Amino acid sequence: MTDASLPAPSERRQHTSLIAPDARTRKRKAAEARFRMYGIAGIATGIFFLIVLLVSIVSSGAGAFQQTFINVPVYLDPAKLDKNGNRDPEEMSKVSTFGYSPLIQNALLNIVNEQSIETPLEKGGDMKALISASAAAQVRDVVLANPDLVGETVDFRILASSRVDGYLKDRVQREDVARDKNIDAEHLDLVDALLPVGVVEKTFNMAFITGADASESRAESAGIGVAMIGSFFMMLVVLVLSLPIGVAASIYLEEFAPKNRITDVIEVNIANLAAVPSIVFGILGLAVFIQFMHLPQSAPLVGGLVLTLMTLPTIIISTRASLKAVPPSIRDAALGVGASKMQAVFHHVLPLAAPGILTGTIIGLAQALGETAPLLLIGMVGFIASNAPDGLASGLLDPNSAMPAQIYEWAKRADPAFYERAWGGIIILLVFLITMNTIAVILRRRFERRW
Amino acid sequence: MSVIWLSAIILSISLGGFVLGRRRALASTGGSSKKLHSLPVYYGSNAFMKSVVPAFGILIIWMLIQPFYINSQVAPMIPADAVETDVNTGLLMSEVRRSAEGIDEAVRSGMLDEDFAGDTSADFTVMTERLKDAGQIVTTQFSAPVLRAAQAYRKMSGISQTMMTIVVIAVAIAGAAWGVMQSDRDFRARNVVEQGILAILIAAASVAILTTIGIILSLIFNTIEFFRLYPAADFFTLLEWAPSFSGRGGSSSLGILPLLWGTIYISIIALLVAVPIGLYSAVYLSEYASARVRGIAKPLLEILAGIPTIVYGLFALLTIGPLLMSVFGDDGTGWMGGGRSVMTAGIAMGIMLIPFVSSLSDDIINAVPQSLRDGSYGLGATRSETIRQVVLPAALPGIVGAILLAASRAIGETMIVVLGAGAAARLSLNPFEAMTTVTAKIVSQLTGDSDFASPEALVAFALGITLFVLTLGLNVFALFIVRKYREQYE
Repeated sequence: MTDASLPAPSERRQHTSLIAPDARTRKRKAAEARFRMYGIAGIATGIFFLIVLLVSIVSSGAGAFQQTFINVPVYLDPAKLDKNGNRDPEEMSKVSTFGYSPLIQNALLNIVNEQSIETPLEKGGDMKALISASAAAQVRDVVLANPDLVGETVDFRILASSRVDGYLKDRVQREDVARDKNIDAEHLDLVDALLPVGVVEKTFNMAFITGADASESRAESAGIGVAMIGSFFMMLVVLVLSLPIGVAASIYLEEFAPKNRITDVIEVNIANLAAVPSIVFGILGLAVFIQFMHLPQSAPLVGGLVLTLMTLPTIIISTRASLKAVPPSIRDAALGVGASKMQAVFHHVLPLAAPGILTGTIIGLAQALGETAPLLLIGMVGFIASNAPDGLASGLLDPNSAMPAQIYEWAKRADPAFYERAWGGIIILLVFLITMNTIAVILRRRFERRW
Repeated sequence: MSVIWLSAIILSISLGGFVLGRRRALASTGGSSKKLHSLPVYYGSNAFMKSVVPAFGILIIWMLIQPFYINSQVAPMIPADAVETDVNTGLLMSEVRRSAEGIDEAVRSGMLDEDFAGDTSADFTVMTERLKDAGQIVTTQFSAPVLRAAQAYRKMSGISQTMMTIVVIAVAIAGAAWGVMQSDRDFRARNVVEQGILAILIAAASVAILTTIGIILSLIFNTIEFFRLYPAADFFTLLEWAPSFSGRGGSSSLGILPLLWGTIYISIIALLVAVPIGLYSAVYLSEYASARVRGIAKPLLEILAGIPTIVYGLFALLTIGPLLMSVFGDDGTGWMGGGRSVMTAGIAMGIMLIPFVSSLSDDIINAVPQSLRDGSYGLGATRSETIRQVVLPAALPGIVGAILLAASRAIGETMIVVLGAGAAARLSLNPFEAMTTVTAKIVSQLTGDSDFASPEALVAFALGITLFVLTLGLNVFALFIVRKYREQYE
């Protein structure tokens, strides 16, 4: 009775042309095209996000590499700076930065009058809004270093305030200024007038790359240099510890470990450690290194130790892969000519696996360099280091920040001028990461052997 | 003597051992290395190893134990009535340590002479003055008993340092001498050295175990401490998270549920972004794309995985947040009160997870045997029909595993939520409202000024253990599924 289930000849589709597709085929083809489109859309969205991310990083961060300066000849008034007139630095250091600010402000006012710029700002104090709070300290440092300059007029190149800087970078708009008590529209007019005569100029900002973080009110003088050194020392610790330990652990697990329970436990353990959230490593660092072992807080050494524990699984996994890639014939040949197992591994297998190990290590280091969360818990955040460390011991033990932690610190602050710094910091961080990853890729391309 | 110098001395003793061991071995055969059991270098290494390993081992153990021993000796010196009620002994001991360091610093800078610094009958006020003159910070905690304790602390650590130096150097010399004496033509130096290297390899492999044990112990001990101060039942059931910053516990309500809800809500949104995009990308890359497209698109997507999370956090805070505000904020639909919200963090996290989902699913889809596809094509199915009805169902367990791994990543993510999600803990369904997560609260509870013994700080460890168990459980489960699935086709 199977025939009964067949459709009656009259119900059979009439036109089964090979050229003109019928409705059902069209539907299936449309579904096919749609599905394919979804796939393309998925990839396009992913790449679109990547582009948006990169564009917003570059466009928001580029400003941090430029900075507005004011070129101003300051008359170092002896009556203010050295009342007794004996040029003794000890005595002159009693004059605080408050004594210097009016000198700078008057100097700027003089320029404005010389250039005969029309402005309602007539007092020296009105110039305060244009000048960075760090300018007075800059002048003071120069004067204390060379007391003989007092009484002369010296050309200074001082930082403009962050609002002026923001105005020239289109971050501060004229509409916003009305609500801003730090600066008025008249100041901006004055900046516009001073710009063509070269008193105010925007140039490359080396201080951002080499300098230290600055307090909340001086966004214009904040730099990432010291945090960079902190990151460097941390990476040093990570490299020195995680490479030997990781390689030794991998050699044991790959070449010597007997197949038993304990080995299994270690392997499962490493796989799981690789997936533990980084913040948990921060808790570990806080509890073990700081509370239990009393290592100094905020020290790059502790940060390096925590990041070492975090990168170890990554390095072990990639090292084991490269050891596994060395064919057994190499080991057999070495054993065959009388080498011990240890000699076969250290003299033959390890050198052949070295490029792969190095690649894995660089990638692990790059990961560690960008890690932030554990560093917050061990106190490597906040305005902590204002000077570059001198030497290895102080580099490892003195409180410092790290690049990603410094970026986080800037992102938290209220003044939008710091956001520009944060994006700028990200550009520098990404330059490091891209360099490291490129080196890893080149190493792999250049030295990887296919057996 | 500083540790660096001590290390240098140990190393030079060991190197001396190396040279002597090697020379003695060669001398025992009259300079012919052929008659030795092992290569000459192994005899040297034997002496080197026997000197370095125990010496550094003792050095490290000594440095770990010393503070505990001295603490236990010094702590009883401070009379109970000198401890004010709101200062616990732990804090006072750190004050003692700090004062001792201050005195050390003053002695080093020459502002304080050694005899006076160690003089236990020295006048308290004079000492305070001298310390202030030397530029040391003297806090209000600094009192006469603290000064005496600090002096005792200095004295004991000085003795301990000297003893450590003597013991360590003696051990290094003894080890080197032992190694040198062993050096003889019949001594199986290579076997001994290789045994030693193997022991070092095993020790390195067990660092991973030690890390896990360290994590678990530090979480468990502090969590127990927390539950002693704060009822566990409240922690797991209270619907409110409101730590008080003034007192020591008491008025705080520390319920984990609002935090868990925030974590799960943000993770769900992240997965809603990442899973469709990642999955479709993976399907397209593995089933449709030509080798050239694949070669370009796959690395590009994987760049997203290499970008540090702090970048995504900033991107959420400064780009996604304002963008969402312009649509859903007061100028738009009015659903959003501020730039930080579940949505802001969720989208940024979703973007971060795209490459994670896509590369894992890609591997899994590629693992589906070609014969299944060929069979489907042979029956006349189109490509999309094959994928939807044959490949994806076959790959489903693996894909579920990949999604679970992504979920575990999302739950443990910190920087994006710290910057993008806000700080207020609430139980709400509105995705445009600011919420907070377990990880964000761990950061805020441990980076604040509250002291480590208060329940407000200790709660971070209870949150940490919850997070650890949650992510570990998800991971183990996901890996189990993925492995099981792989075996199916091997």
